[in-house]
Amino acid sequence: MFVPSITNPIGDVVREWVPKLAEYLPVAIQSETLNSIVAFLVNAVICVIAVCAVNIGSAPILIYMERKVCAHVQCRLGPMRLGWHGTIQTIADVLKMLFKEVYNPGGVDKIMYYMAPLIVLIAPFMVAALIPFGPTLVVADVDMGIPLIIAVNGFGVLGILLGGWSSNNKYSLLGALRSGAQMISYEISFAMILLFVVMITGSTNLMDITQSQSGTVLDWMIFKVPVIGFIAFILFFISSTAEMNRAPFDIAEAEQELTGGYHTEYTGTPFAMFYLAEYIALVTNSALATTCFLGGFHAPCIGVAAVDTYLNMVPGVVWFFAKVYFMIWCYMMVRWTFVRPRVDQLMSFEWKFLLPVNLVMLVIGAIYVALF
Amino acid sequence: MSEYIILSIFLFLGAFIAAAATVVGLLLGYRTKKTKNKMAPYECGMETFGNARIQFKVGYYLFALLFLVFDIEALFLLPVMANFKEIMAGHTVLSPVVVVIDLVVFLAILVSGLAYAWKKGLLKWE
Repeated sequence: MFVPSITNPIGDVVREWVPKLAEYLPVAIQSETLNSIVAFLVNAVICVIAVCAVNIGSAPILIYMERKVCAHVQCRLGPMRLGWHGTIQTIADVLKMLFKEVYNPGGVDKIMYYMAPLIVLIAPFMVAALIPFGPTLVVADVDMGIPLIIAVNGFGVLGILLGGWSSNNKYSLLGALRSGAQMISYEISFAMILLFVVMITGSTNLMDITQSQSGTVLDWMIFKVPVIGFIAFILFFISSTAEMNRAPFDIAEAEQELTGGYHTEYTGTPFAMFYLAEYIALVTNSALATTCFLGGFHAPCIGVAAVDTYLNMVPGVVWFFAKVYFMIWCYMMVRWTFVRPRVDQLMSFEWKFLLPVNLVMLVIGAIYVALF
Repeated sequence: MSEYIILSIFLFLGAFIAAAATVVGLLLGYRTKKTKNKMAPYECGMETFGNARIQFKVGYYLFALLFLVFDIEALFLLPVMANFKEIMAGHTVLSPVVVVIDLVVFLAILVSGLAYAWKKGLLKWE
Protein backbone atom coordinates (compact mmCIF):
# COMPACT_ATOMS: atom_id res chain seq x y z
CA MET A 1 0.00 0.00 0.00
CA PHE A 2 1.15 3.47 -0.77
CA VAL A 3 1.45 5.40 2.49
CA PRO A 4 3.28 8.66 2.02
CA SER A 5 5.01 10.05 5.07
CA ILE A 6 4.94 13.82 5.16
CA THR A 7 7.32 15.58 7.48
CA ASN A 8 6.62 19.28 7.17
CA PRO A 9 3.98 21.12 9.25
CA ILE A 10 1.85 21.72 6.18
CA GLY A 11 1.80 17.95 5.84
CA ASP A 12 0.34 17.55 9.34
CA VAL A 13 -2.49 19.95 8.57
CA VAL A 14 -3.17 18.25 5.25
CA ARG A 15 -3.19 14.80 6.84
CA GLU A 16 -5.69 16.05 9.42
CA TRP A 17 -8.29 17.60 7.15
CA VAL A 18 -8.12 15.38 4.07
CA PRO A 19 -9.84 12.44 5.90
CA LYS A 20 -12.44 14.91 7.26
CA LEU A 21 -13.24 16.11 3.75
CA ALA A 22 -13.20 12.53 2.46
CA GLU A 23 -16.22 11.74 4.65
CA TYR A 24 -18.36 13.76 2.25
CA LEU A 25 -17.44 11.39 -0.58
CA PRO A 26 -19.62 8.37 -1.50
CA VAL A 27 -18.84 5.46 0.80
CA ALA A 28 -17.85 3.25 -2.14
CA ILE A 29 -14.68 5.23 -2.94
CA GLN A 30 -13.64 6.10 0.61
CA SER A 31 -10.41 4.40 1.58
CA GLU A 32 -7.21 4.93 3.53
CA THR A 33 -5.08 4.65 0.40
CA LEU A 34 -7.08 7.29 -1.42
CA ASN A 35 -6.85 9.59 1.58
CA SER A 36 -3.11 9.24 1.82
CA ILE A 37 -2.67 9.76 -1.91
CA VAL A 38 -4.85 12.89 -1.85
CA ALA A 39 -3.00 14.17 1.21
CA PHE A 40 0.28 13.55 -0.60
CA LEU A 41 -0.88 15.37 -3.73
CA VAL A 42 -2.23 18.37 -1.80
CA ASN A 43 1.00 18.53 0.17
CA ALA A 44 3.04 18.36 -3.04
CA VAL A 45 1.04 21.21 -4.56
CA ILE A 46 1.50 23.35 -1.44
CA CYS A 47 5.26 22.63 -1.45
CA VAL A 48 5.56 23.52 -5.12
CA ILE A 49 3.70 26.80 -4.62
CA ALA A 50 5.76 27.68 -1.55
CA VAL A 51 9.10 27.01 -3.25
CA CYS A 52 8.01 28.90 -6.37
CA ALA A 53 6.94 31.84 -4.24
CA VAL A 54 10.23 31.92 -2.34
CA ASN A 55 12.36 31.45 -5.46
CA ILE A 56 10.61 33.57 -8.05
CA GLY A 57 9.49 36.14 -5.50
CA SER A 58 13.00 36.70 -4.24
CA ALA A 59 14.39 37.43 -7.72
CA PRO A 60 12.87 40.95 -8.08
CA ILE A 61 13.87 41.76 -4.49
CA LEU A 62 17.43 40.65 -5.21
CA ILE A 63 17.65 42.60 -8.45
CA TYR A 64 16.47 45.72 -6.64
CA MET A 65 18.89 45.02 -3.80
CA GLU A 66 21.77 44.47 -6.20
CA ARG A 67 21.06 47.75 -7.98
CA LYS A 68 20.94 49.64 -4.71
CA VAL A 69 24.09 48.00 -3.30
CA CYS A 70 25.94 48.56 -6.56
CA ALA A 71 24.79 52.18 -6.72
CA HIS A 72 25.81 52.98 -3.16
CA VAL A 73 29.18 51.26 -3.58
CA GLN A 74 29.77 53.55 -6.56
CA CYS A 75 28.39 56.65 -4.74
CA ARG A 76 25.22 56.75 -6.85
CA LEU A 77 21.58 56.56 -5.83
CA GLY A 78 20.36 53.77 -8.09
CA PRO A 79 16.71 53.49 -9.16
CA MET A 80 14.75 56.38 -7.59
CA ARG A 81 11.87 57.27 -9.94
CA LEU A 82 9.29 54.46 -9.80
CA GLY A 83 7.68 54.18 -6.40
CA TRP A 84 9.36 54.93 -3.09
CA HIS A 85 13.12 54.84 -3.72
CA GLY A 86 12.51 52.98 -6.98
CA THR A 87 10.91 49.92 -5.37
CA ILE A 88 8.57 49.23 -8.31
CA GLN A 89 11.39 49.48 -10.83
CA THR A 90 12.05 45.73 -11.01
CA ILE A 91 8.36 44.93 -11.45
CA ALA A 92 8.33 47.31 -14.40
CA ASP A 93 11.40 45.51 -15.75
CA VAL A 94 9.70 42.13 -15.41
CA LEU A 95 6.70 43.45 -17.36
CA LYS A 96 9.05 44.85 -19.99
CA MET A 97 10.73 41.44 -20.32
CA LEU A 98 7.35 39.73 -20.82
CA PHE A 99 6.44 41.98 -23.75
CA LYS A 100 9.77 41.66 -25.56
CA GLU A 101 9.81 39.63 -28.73
CA VAL A 102 10.91 35.99 -28.36
CA TYR A 103 12.74 35.07 -31.54
CA ASN A 104 15.79 33.16 -32.58
CA PRO A 105 18.38 34.42 -35.05
CA GLY A 106 19.05 32.47 -38.22
CA GLY A 107 21.33 29.45 -38.10
CA VAL A 108 20.34 28.60 -34.55
CA ASP A 109 19.84 25.01 -33.46
CA LYS A 110 16.24 25.57 -32.39
CA ILE A 111 15.65 22.60 -30.09
CA MET A 112 18.85 23.16 -28.13
CA TYR A 113 18.37 26.92 -28.16
CA TYR A 114 14.98 26.73 -26.45
CA MET A 115 15.98 23.82 -24.20
CA ALA A 116 18.93 25.61 -22.60
CA PRO A 117 16.93 27.93 -20.28
CA LEU A 118 14.85 24.94 -19.21
CA ILE A 119 17.90 23.00 -18.09
CA VAL A 120 19.52 25.98 -16.40
CA LEU A 121 16.49 26.45 -14.17
CA ILE A 122 16.31 22.83 -12.95
CA ALA A 123 19.16 22.96 -10.45
CA PRO A 124 18.09 25.93 -8.28
CA PHE A 125 14.57 24.56 -7.76
CA MET A 126 15.86 21.13 -6.86
CA VAL A 127 18.31 22.54 -4.32
CA ALA A 128 15.59 24.74 -2.82
CA ALA A 129 13.52 21.61 -2.20
CA LEU A 130 16.32 20.06 -0.14
CA ILE A 131 17.14 23.00 2.14
CA PRO A 132 15.55 22.98 5.61
CA PHE A 133 14.08 26.46 6.07
CA GLY A 134 12.80 25.77 9.57
CA PRO A 135 12.81 23.02 12.20
CA THR A 136 10.01 21.24 10.31
CA LEU A 137 9.87 23.34 7.16
CA VAL A 138 11.56 21.18 4.58
CA VAL A 139 10.06 19.88 1.37
CA ALA A 140 12.11 16.69 1.15
CA ASP A 141 14.11 15.64 4.19
CA VAL A 142 16.24 13.03 2.45
CA ASP A 143 19.44 11.32 3.54
CA MET A 144 21.01 11.95 0.15
CA GLY A 145 20.96 15.75 0.63
CA ILE A 146 24.60 16.67 -0.02
CA PRO A 147 25.25 14.17 -2.86
CA LEU A 148 22.04 15.31 -4.58
CA ILE A 149 23.09 18.94 -4.35
CA ILE A 150 26.52 18.15 -5.81
CA ALA A 151 24.89 16.13 -8.60
CA VAL A 152 22.17 18.63 -9.46
CA ASN A 153 24.56 21.59 -9.49
CA GLY A 154 26.19 20.02 -12.55
CA PHE A 155 22.99 20.60 -14.54
CA GLY A 156 23.65 24.33 -14.81
CA VAL A 157 26.81 23.74 -16.84
CA LEU A 158 24.86 21.64 -19.32
CA GLY A 159 22.32 24.38 -19.91
CA ILE A 160 24.96 27.04 -20.36
CA LEU A 161 26.98 24.91 -22.79
CA LEU A 162 23.84 24.07 -24.77
CA GLY A 163 22.81 27.72 -24.95
CA GLY A 164 26.23 28.89 -26.05
CA TRP A 165 26.75 26.16 -28.60
CA SER A 166 23.33 26.41 -30.23
CA SER A 167 23.36 30.22 -30.56
CA ASN A 168 25.46 30.26 -33.75
CA ASN A 169 27.56 33.11 -32.44
CA LYS A 170 31.27 33.08 -31.66
CA TYR A 171 30.86 35.22 -28.57
CA SER A 172 28.26 32.80 -27.22
CA LEU A 173 30.38 29.76 -27.94
CA LEU A 174 33.52 31.18 -26.33
CA GLY A 175 31.54 32.49 -23.37
CA ALA A 176 29.89 29.11 -22.86
CA LEU A 177 33.19 27.25 -23.08
CA ARG A 178 34.88 29.56 -20.61
CA SER A 179 31.91 29.34 -18.33
CA GLY A 180 31.83 25.56 -18.58
CA ALA A 181 35.55 25.22 -17.86
CA GLN A 182 35.23 27.57 -14.88
CA MET A 183 32.14 25.93 -13.42
CA ILE A 184 33.41 22.38 -13.65
CA SER A 185 36.74 23.42 -12.14
CA TYR A 186 35.21 25.16 -9.16
CA GLU A 187 32.63 22.42 -8.73
CA ILE A 188 35.43 20.21 -7.43
CA SER A 189 36.38 22.53 -4.61
CA PHE A 190 32.67 23.13 -3.96
CA ALA A 191 32.15 19.37 -3.56
CA MET A 192 35.30 19.00 -1.45
CA ILE A 193 34.21 21.66 1.03
CA LEU A 194 30.82 19.99 1.34
CA LEU A 195 32.76 16.75 1.97
CA PHE A 196 34.56 18.52 4.78
CA VAL A 197 31.22 19.50 6.33
CA VAL A 198 29.95 15.94 5.90
CA MET A 199 33.04 14.60 7.62
CA ILE A 200 32.71 16.90 10.64
CA THR A 201 28.99 16.22 11.15
CA GLY A 202 29.01 12.58 10.02
CA SER A 203 25.82 12.89 7.99
CA THR A 204 24.76 13.81 4.47
CA ASN A 205 21.27 14.80 5.59
CA LEU A 206 20.91 18.58 5.59
CA MET A 207 18.52 18.48 8.54
CA ASP A 208 21.04 16.51 10.60
CA ILE A 209 23.77 18.94 9.60
CA THR A 210 21.65 21.84 10.85
CA GLN A 211 20.66 20.07 14.06
CA SER A 212 24.28 19.28 14.84
CA GLN A 213 24.90 23.04 15.01
CA SER A 214 22.26 23.75 17.67
CA GLY A 215 23.25 25.57 20.82
CA THR A 216 25.20 28.79 20.94
CA VAL A 217 26.94 30.68 18.16
CA LEU A 218 30.10 28.76 18.97
CA ASP A 219 28.40 25.52 17.91
CA TRP A 220 27.95 26.76 14.35
CA MET A 221 30.21 25.00 11.88
CA ILE A 222 32.13 28.19 11.18
CA PHE A 223 33.27 28.40 14.84
CA LYS A 224 32.78 24.78 15.91
CA VAL A 225 36.09 23.66 14.43
CA PRO A 226 38.47 26.42 15.47
CA VAL A 227 40.08 28.36 12.58
CA ILE A 228 39.65 25.48 10.08
CA GLY A 229 35.88 26.00 10.05
CA PHE A 230 36.34 29.62 9.15
CA ILE A 231 38.85 28.79 6.39
CA ALA A 232 36.39 26.22 5.04
CA PHE A 233 33.68 28.86 5.02
CA ILE A 234 35.89 31.27 3.04
CA LEU A 235 36.78 28.49 0.56
CA PHE A 236 33.10 27.66 0.18
CA PHE A 237 32.35 31.33 -0.40
CA ILE A 238 34.99 31.59 -3.16
CA SER A 239 34.04 28.39 -4.94
CA SER A 240 30.31 29.10 -4.79
CA THR A 241 30.89 32.59 -6.20
CA ALA A 242 32.70 30.99 -9.12
CA GLU A 243 30.03 28.30 -9.40
CA MET A 244 27.40 30.97 -9.87
CA ASN A 245 29.48 32.81 -12.49
CA ARG A 246 29.22 35.95 -10.39
CA ALA A 247 31.74 38.73 -10.46
CA PRO A 248 34.68 38.77 -9.76
CA PHE A 249 34.60 35.34 -11.46
CA ASP A 250 32.36 36.39 -14.35
CA ILE A 251 34.86 36.01 -17.18
CA ALA A 252 32.17 34.05 -19.04
CA GLU A 253 30.19 37.21 -19.62
CA ALA A 254 32.94 39.76 -19.37
CA GLU A 255 31.07 42.35 -21.40
CA GLN A 256 34.19 44.14 -22.57
CA GLU A 257 35.48 40.97 -24.23
CA LEU A 258 32.51 38.75 -25.01
CA THR A 259 29.50 41.12 -25.08
CA GLY A 260 26.97 38.97 -23.19
CA GLY A 261 28.72 35.59 -23.05
CA TYR A 262 26.51 32.56 -23.49
CA HIS A 263 23.23 34.50 -23.52
CA THR A 264 24.21 37.06 -26.16
CA GLU A 265 21.61 35.81 -28.63
CA TYR A 266 18.74 35.39 -26.18
CA THR A 267 15.85 37.82 -25.95
CA GLY A 268 12.63 38.19 -24.01
CA THR A 269 11.56 35.56 -21.50
CA PRO A 270 14.23 32.92 -22.36
CA PHE A 271 16.84 35.54 -21.52
CA ALA A 272 14.92 36.39 -18.36
CA MET A 273 15.12 32.70 -17.39
CA PHE A 274 18.95 32.81 -17.46
CA TYR A 275 18.79 35.90 -15.30
CA LEU A 276 16.28 34.29 -12.95
CA ALA A 277 18.41 31.15 -12.64
CA GLU A 278 21.39 33.29 -11.69
CA TYR A 279 19.50 35.02 -8.90
CA ILE A 280 17.80 31.89 -7.59
CA ALA A 281 21.23 30.25 -7.52
CA LEU A 282 22.32 33.18 -5.36
CA VAL A 283 19.51 32.40 -2.90
CA THR A 284 20.12 28.64 -2.88
CA ASN A 285 23.88 28.99 -2.50
CA SER A 286 23.42 31.43 0.37
CA ALA A 287 20.91 29.03 1.89
CA LEU A 288 23.42 26.21 1.54
CA ALA A 289 26.14 28.30 3.18
CA THR A 290 23.69 29.15 5.97
CA THR A 291 22.74 25.50 6.45
CA CYS A 292 26.27 24.16 6.37
CA PHE A 293 28.20 26.88 8.17
CA LEU A 294 25.97 29.46 9.87
CA GLY A 295 23.74 27.17 11.91
CA GLY A 296 20.75 27.10 9.57
CA PHE A 297 17.56 28.12 11.32
CA HIS A 298 19.09 28.26 14.80
CA ALA A 299 19.02 31.57 16.62
CA PRO A 300 22.42 33.15 17.32
CA CYS A 301 22.32 32.28 21.03
CA ILE A 302 25.18 33.57 23.14
CA GLY A 303 24.86 31.28 26.12
CA VAL A 304 23.15 33.80 28.43
CA ALA A 305 19.74 32.37 29.31
CA ALA A 306 18.02 35.77 29.67
CA VAL A 307 18.97 36.85 26.14
CA ASP A 308 18.58 33.43 24.53
CA THR A 309 14.91 33.05 25.52
CA TYR A 310 14.11 36.26 23.64
CA LEU A 311 16.21 35.19 20.63
CA ASN A 312 14.51 31.80 20.54
CA MET A 313 11.07 33.44 20.50
CA VAL A 314 11.73 34.51 16.90
CA PRO A 315 10.73 31.69 14.50
CA GLY A 316 13.53 29.75 12.86
CA VAL A 317 12.46 30.78 9.35
CA VAL A 318 13.10 34.43 10.22
CA TRP A 319 16.62 33.66 11.43
CA PHE A 320 17.20 31.54 8.36
CA PHE A 321 16.23 34.29 5.94
CA ALA A 322 18.11 36.91 7.95
CA LYS A 323 21.28 34.83 7.56
CA VAL A 324 20.52 34.13 3.89
CA TYR A 325 20.14 37.83 3.15
CA PHE A 326 23.32 38.59 5.07
CA MET A 327 25.14 36.06 2.87
CA ILE A 328 23.58 37.58 -0.26
CA TRP A 329 24.75 41.00 0.87
CA CYS A 330 28.27 39.59 1.26
CA TYR A 331 28.16 38.13 -2.27
CA MET A 332 27.01 41.50 -3.60
CA MET A 333 29.68 43.47 -1.79
CA VAL A 334 32.32 41.08 -3.12
CA ARG A 335 30.91 41.51 -6.61
CA TRP A 336 31.18 45.28 -6.54
CA THR A 337 34.49 45.48 -4.69
CA PHE A 338 36.93 43.15 -6.44
CA VAL A 339 38.28 43.30 -9.97
CA ARG A 340 37.90 40.47 -12.44
CA PRO A 341 40.89 38.10 -12.83
CA ARG A 342 42.10 36.85 -16.21
CA VAL A 343 41.11 33.39 -17.49
CA ASP A 344 44.51 31.87 -16.86
CA GLN A 345 44.68 33.37 -13.36
CA LEU A 346 41.25 31.98 -12.60
CA MET A 347 42.08 28.46 -13.73
CA SER A 348 45.46 28.31 -12.04
CA PHE A 349 43.90 29.71 -8.85
CA GLU A 350 41.53 26.77 -8.75
CA TRP A 351 43.87 23.96 -9.78
CA LYS A 352 47.09 25.15 -8.21
CA PHE A 353 45.74 26.76 -5.05
CA LEU A 354 42.17 25.86 -4.10
CA LEU A 355 42.35 22.15 -4.90
CA PRO A 356 45.57 21.44 -2.94
CA VAL A 357 44.27 23.58 -0.07
CA ASN A 358 41.03 21.61 -0.11
CA LEU A 359 42.90 18.31 0.04
CA VAL A 360 44.93 19.60 2.98
CA MET A 361 41.68 20.75 4.62
CA LEU A 362 40.26 17.25 4.27
CA VAL A 363 43.34 15.78 5.93
CA ILE A 364 43.23 18.33 8.78
CA GLY A 365 39.52 17.66 9.19
CA ALA A 366 40.20 13.92 9.36
CA ILE A 367 42.84 14.48 12.05
CA TYR A 368 40.39 16.70 13.98
CA VAL A 369 37.65 14.07 13.81
CA ALA A 370 40.06 11.31 14.81
CA LEU A 371 41.43 13.25 17.80
CA PHE A 372 38.29 14.95 19.21
CA MET B 1 10.11 7.14 -0.43
CA SER B 2 7.39 9.77 -0.86
CA GLU B 3 10.04 12.44 -0.40
CA TYR B 4 11.86 11.22 -3.48
CA ILE B 5 8.57 11.38 -5.39
CA ILE B 6 8.20 15.05 -4.36
CA LEU B 7 11.82 15.62 -5.42
CA SER B 8 11.08 14.13 -8.83
CA ILE B 9 8.30 16.73 -9.17
CA PHE B 10 10.84 19.42 -8.35
CA LEU B 11 13.21 18.00 -10.94
CA PHE B 12 10.73 19.02 -13.63
CA LEU B 13 9.41 22.13 -11.91
CA GLY B 14 12.19 24.45 -13.03
CA ALA B 15 12.03 23.19 -16.60
CA PHE B 16 8.26 23.55 -16.57
CA ILE B 17 8.43 27.14 -15.33
CA ALA B 18 10.99 28.05 -17.98
CA ALA B 19 8.87 26.42 -20.69
CA ALA B 20 5.77 28.26 -19.45
CA ALA B 21 7.66 31.56 -19.44
CA THR B 22 8.85 30.97 -23.01
CA VAL B 23 5.28 30.25 -24.16
CA VAL B 24 4.01 33.37 -22.36
CA GLY B 25 6.75 35.38 -24.03
CA LEU B 26 5.79 33.98 -27.42
CA LEU B 27 2.15 34.88 -26.82
CA LEU B 28 2.56 38.33 -25.31
CA GLY B 29 5.71 39.41 -27.09
CA TYR B 30 5.79 42.20 -29.62
CA ARG B 31 6.46 40.93 -33.13
CA THR B 32 8.24 42.55 -36.05
CA LYS B 33 8.99 41.36 -39.56
CA LYS B 34 11.97 39.04 -39.88
CA THR B 35 14.48 41.03 -41.86
CA LYS B 36 17.90 39.85 -42.95
CA ASN B 37 19.68 42.10 -40.47
CA LYS B 38 17.50 40.99 -37.61
CA MET B 39 18.19 37.32 -38.25
CA ALA B 40 21.96 37.82 -38.52
CA PRO B 41 24.12 36.74 -35.55
CA TYR B 42 25.11 39.54 -33.19
CA GLU B 43 28.36 41.27 -34.08
CA CYS B 44 29.76 44.66 -33.16
CA GLY B 45 28.93 46.51 -36.37
CA MET B 46 30.43 44.32 -39.07
CA GLU B 47 29.05 41.26 -40.79
CA THR B 48 30.02 37.89 -39.36
CA PHE B 49 32.06 35.58 -41.50
CA GLY B 50 32.47 31.82 -41.42
CA ASN B 51 30.80 29.25 -39.23
CA ALA B 52 30.24 30.11 -35.58
CA ARG B 53 31.16 26.56 -34.51
CA ILE B 54 34.86 27.28 -34.61
CA GLN B 55 37.66 25.07 -33.39
CA PHE B 56 38.56 25.82 -29.82
CA LYS B 57 41.45 25.12 -27.51
CA VAL B 58 42.09 21.53 -26.53
CA GLY B 59 42.73 22.87 -23.02
CA TYR B 60 39.02 22.87 -22.26
CA TYR B 61 38.90 19.14 -22.98
CA LEU B 62 41.90 18.41 -20.77
CA PHE B 63 40.33 20.31 -17.88
CA ALA B 64 37.13 18.36 -18.39
CA LEU B 65 39.11 15.12 -18.11
CA LEU B 66 40.80 16.30 -14.91
CA PHE B 67 37.42 17.37 -13.56
CA LEU B 68 36.04 13.91 -14.20
CA VAL B 69 38.80 12.30 -12.15
CA PHE B 70 38.44 14.65 -9.19
CA ASP B 71 34.66 14.74 -9.17
CA ILE B 72 34.52 10.95 -9.07
CA GLU B 73 37.10 11.10 -6.33
CA ALA B 74 34.76 13.32 -4.32
CA LEU B 75 31.98 10.83 -4.98
CA PHE B 76 34.12 7.92 -3.75
CA LEU B 77 35.22 9.83 -0.67
CA LEU B 78 31.64 10.72 0.26
CA PRO B 79 30.57 7.40 1.86
CA VAL B 80 33.83 7.21 3.79
CA MET B 81 33.49 10.80 5.00
CA ALA B 82 29.86 10.34 6.01
CA ASN B 83 30.85 7.42 8.25
CA PHE B 84 34.31 8.66 9.24
CA LYS B 85 33.23 9.70 12.75
CA GLU B 86 31.63 6.33 13.41
CA ILE B 87 34.62 4.43 12.05
CA MET B 88 37.06 6.43 14.16
CA ALA B 89 34.95 5.87 17.27
CA GLY B 90 35.09 2.12 16.54
CA HIS B 91 31.31 1.71 16.15
CA THR B 92 31.64 -0.22 12.90
CA VAL B 93 33.18 -3.52 11.87
CA LEU B 94 35.90 -1.64 9.99
CA SER B 95 39.20 -1.12 11.71
CA PRO B 96 40.12 2.60 11.98
CA VAL B 97 43.77 1.94 11.10
CA VAL B 98 42.90 0.10 7.89
CA VAL B 99 40.48 2.84 6.84
CA VAL B 100 43.07 5.55 7.45
CA ILE B 101 45.70 3.64 5.47
CA ASP B 102 43.22 3.12 2.63
CA LEU B 103 42.39 6.82 2.61
CA VAL B 104 46.05 7.82 2.59
CA VAL B 105 46.78 5.50 -0.34
CA PHE B 106 43.71 6.75 -2.22
CA LEU B 107 44.60 10.41 -1.70
CA ALA B 108 48.27 9.80 -2.49
CA ILE B 109 47.39 8.32 -5.89
CA LEU B 110 45.19 11.33 -6.64
CA VAL B 111 47.72 13.89 -5.49
CA SER B 112 50.42 12.21 -7.55
CA GLY B 113 48.07 12.43 -10.53
CA LEU B 114 47.57 16.13 -9.94
CA ALA B 115 51.33 16.61 -9.51
CA TYR B 116 51.92 14.78 -12.78
CA ALA B 117 49.42 16.96 -14.62
CA TRP B 118 51.00 20.05 -13.07
CA LYS B 119 54.51 18.98 -14.08
CA LYS B 120 53.39 18.15 -17.63
CA GLY B 121 52.08 21.72 -17.92
CA LEU B 122 48.45 20.64 -18.22
CA LEU B 123 47.33 23.24 -15.72
CA LYS B 124 48.96 26.06 -17.63
CA TRP B 125 46.47 28.16 -19.57
CA GLU B 126 47.99 29.91 -22.55
